[in-house]
Amino acid sequence: MTTAVFIGCSFIAFGPVLALCVCTIAAEPLSLVFLITGGFFWLVSLLLSSLVWFIAVQIGGSNNASVKKNFLIFGVVFSVLLQEVFRFAYYKLLKKANKGLMTVSQEETIPISVRQLSYAFMTLAIVPLHVFWGIVFFDACEKKKWWAPALVILSHLLVSGLTFLNPQYDGSLVPSYIIMMLMGTWAFFTAGGSLRNLKLCLMCRDKDFLLANQHPR
Amino acid sequence: FSSGFCWGNSVERKIYIPLNKTAPCVRLLNATHQIGCQSSMNGDTGVIHVVEKAQDLKWVLTDGPHPPYMVLLEGELFTRELMLQLKGSSRISGLAVAISKPSPAQGFSPGLKCPNDGFGVYSNDYGPQYAHCNWTVWNPLGNGLAYEDFSFPIFLLEDANETQVIKQCYQDHNLPQNGSVPEYPLCAMQLFAHMHAVTNTVTCMRRSSLQTAFSLNPEEVCDALSDYNVWSTLKPINASSKINPVDEVIIVATRIDSHSFFWNVAPGAESAVASFVTHLAAAEALHKVPDVQMLPRNIMFTFFQGETFDYIGSSRMVYDMKMDKFPIRLDNIHSFLELSQVALRNSSVLWVHTDPVSRRNESIQPQVETLVEALINSSVGANVTLQEVGQSQPLPPSSFQRFLRAKSIPGVVLADHRTSFQNRYYQSMYDTAENILMKYPEGLSPEETLDYVTDTAKSLAEVATVVARALYQLAGGTGNTSAIQADPRMVSRMLYGFLIKTNNSWFQSIIKQDLKGLLGDELPQHYIAVTSLVNTTQLVQYVLANLTGTVVNFTKEECLNPEKTPNPEKEMYVYTWVQGSRDPNSTSRVPFCVQSTVHLTKAASPAFELKQWGSTEYSTWTESRWKDIRARIFLIASKELEIITLVVGIAILILSLLATYFINAKAHVLFSSPGDGGTVAY
Repeated sequence: MTTAVFIGCSFIAFGPVLALCVCTIAAEPLSLVFLITGGFFWLVSLLLSSLVWFIAVQIGGSNNASVKKNFLIFGVVFSVLLQEVFRFAYYKLLKKANKGLMTVSQEETIPISVRQLSYAFMTLAIVPLHVFWGIVFFDACEKKKWWAPALVILSHLLVSGLTFLNPQYDGSLVPSYIIMMLMGTWAFFTAGGSLRNLKLCLMCRDKDFLLANQHPR
Repeated sequence: FSSGFCWGNSVERKIYIPLNKTAPCVRLLNATHQIGCQSSMNGDTGVIHVVEKAQDLKWVLTDGPHPPYMVLLEGELFTRELMLQLKGSSRISGLAVAISKPSPAQGFSPGLKCPNDGFGVYSNDYGPQYAHCNWTVWNPLGNGLAYEDFSFPIFLLEDANETQVIKQCYQDHNLPQNGSVPEYPLCAMQLFAHMHAVTNTVTCMRRSSLQTAFSLNPEEVCDALSDYNVWSTLKPINASSKINPVDEVIIVATRIDSHSFFWNVAPGAESAVASFVTHLAAAEALHKVPDVQMLPRNIMFTFFQGETFDYIGSSRMVYDMKMDKFPIRLDNIHSFLELSQVALRNSSVLWVHTDPVSRRNESIQPQVETLVEALINSSVGANVTLQEVGQSQPLPPSSFQRFLRAKSIPGVVLADHRTSFQNRYYQSMYDTAENILMKYPEGLSPEETLDYVTDTAKSLAEVATVVARALYQLAGGTGNTSAIQADPRMVSRMLYGFLIKTNNSWFQSIIKQDLKGLLGDELPQHYIAVTSLVNTTQLVQYVLANLTGTVVNFTKEECLNPEKTPNPEKEMYVYTWVQGSRDPNSTSRVPFCVQSTVHLTKAASPAFELKQWGSTEYSTWTESRWKDIRARIFLIASKELEIITLVVGIAILILSLLATYFINAKAHVLFSSPGDGGTVAY
């Protein structure tokens, strides 16, 4: 991998999240705190789940490739569930901290991949997915709609499970992007958006460019 | 999958396959030129192409669409014509040569046709008709490849398994399918062998001396080739003072080093090992004679190091003798006997070479005749026929020539060739035990192989017997010489130790206790190198001490510090505490003290003592320094794909920045809904 590929893949994978950070998080110090805390929670969940996987592999102790793959599937499922548990725990913590705004920014990389570009594009899909999941999850917990977090967990499991289809990248990337679009739409509506607002926004752009210089929230 | 511990470089292991059993070609410099190979600072990368026949080269030189190429060459094709073709091409980024097993049938010698030309005795002032091999070309198979300068790295692949891995990678990715061009990703090889020295010895030594003089952290760029000569006398002499000017010494000489195209690959079986093993056997045979201590003349057994590189060892010894830094002076030398290549005798004939120019001198001629007569007399009854070459033929390349440069001394050089070398692999990687026809039967254990007496050993023992008997006569011995016999079993053990495996039980028993790194399991190499005291020199020293010395009943302290117990006898001898052989039942060894007359003397060219780095009188060979030498193979992607990745990445970054900015700016419009402001936003 040369320097050009390294920079290109980094930008593909982390371009949106970098944009998010620069535009929204960096402006407000509180959101930075939430960002770091949320990231820490997610990392701890990953650490615990990988510890469980590691112990399981050591106990299982086999060199068979299919047995190792089974262990990995178990590890991924467990990791997804643990991440969602930690997401809930983070929600609870934020509620207790009694602040209004929460920001969650996460990064996730898929463990198995050989082609770097597909790797980068998968990360490009996963980062917003986590953002959307966070939005939907917290809103659902707030409104006590328990079917929504269940759907979030299921879709997280689905996307992680799809990565086991690698190296058939069309099997894993395309559905993941479709799920991301769907979740994105759901999160948009959950956050208070609507088709009417969208039309308003776009027509505003057409009519009045000065409105583009609104103060950021 | 690689489970378990992740040492942080398992990704590297998935990408790169390192090639471990390789030997590089490094840069050597002399007063006027640089030879060898050079790579770029961060290694040279190229798409692998396997060249198994001459037509394959066309793809590399003209047809192939993905230059530069890294050529994997079969050993048979490693010839001068092909290398000159590659040298002129800019589509080559490096070369890997797979060693050819068995050795090429037509012979292979990367040395010069006229070895050590210009540093021997024949010049425009002395025997001009013999200078520059005008009379006899000694090494007609020499293609001079080792003395060319290449601008790309060249590595030797010593392991056939690694060569097969590379060929498999090539067949999987680089072969054109049905005439179409192979597509990326392609299998590529990267060779790292960046050399620091440039131009010639004068330049690199000047730069090194500037660094040493003025820098706090000197970065030297080259080192002179130097090591030690091993010498021993039949009757002990005081090495720290000069011997009586009236005393006469007969010098017996052989060289102990060799060279090849690649660094530290120098098996040198016929060019060096067979000769010095014969020499060692003759020394052993002589020491067994009961009345040697009463002989009128002394005999000095000398093993010169660095003779391959313009006579480093012998030129230094002659210089020391002239400057009175050596116990023996040039005037003490009565005669000179050198053993050149002696292992490939044709129908048991051993040729006696003499110097025609010095024989014209009336005092030298009868002495030479006495020498030859003593040799011929000693060959009666042995399976060796001694014959003189034509009296007008010059000497082959030999250390004797350096002595003749200083003073006319009567001397002969014994060789198995009359005109050009019998050795078809002179100074090449193929000059191995097979070249001197050492054959062992199948299924022997290492111990049995050590003690098995090959025909080669028997033949060399015959030569050693003749040499020992002749020396006894020349030294003034009057007794019956038929009892002087070299031991074929000892010769065979030495051949095994110096050509096949140094880590054997006999060598283990004759070395000092704390030298574990000296004996290895891989094939022994005899290159002079730049570090002091290479393995070969040390082993020759210990073997000579064991064969010619006596065991004395000293304790370890007395042996290691002989000056503590003053005794005039002790100044004549050298004491070594050797670890001895292992008891068959226990694991400990029984060490003992050996008293011998074996000394080491520095073999560094006088050019470096005198700081005459551009000297044409003395050897000026230096070896460049380097940081990193390694090789690896991996898959590379096309340049277009890399650029596309970069552009797409930048585009996505800009796009997401713009989108986020707009959504952020319009957020109050987009996400306003009747109700609370305490909902989750984003």
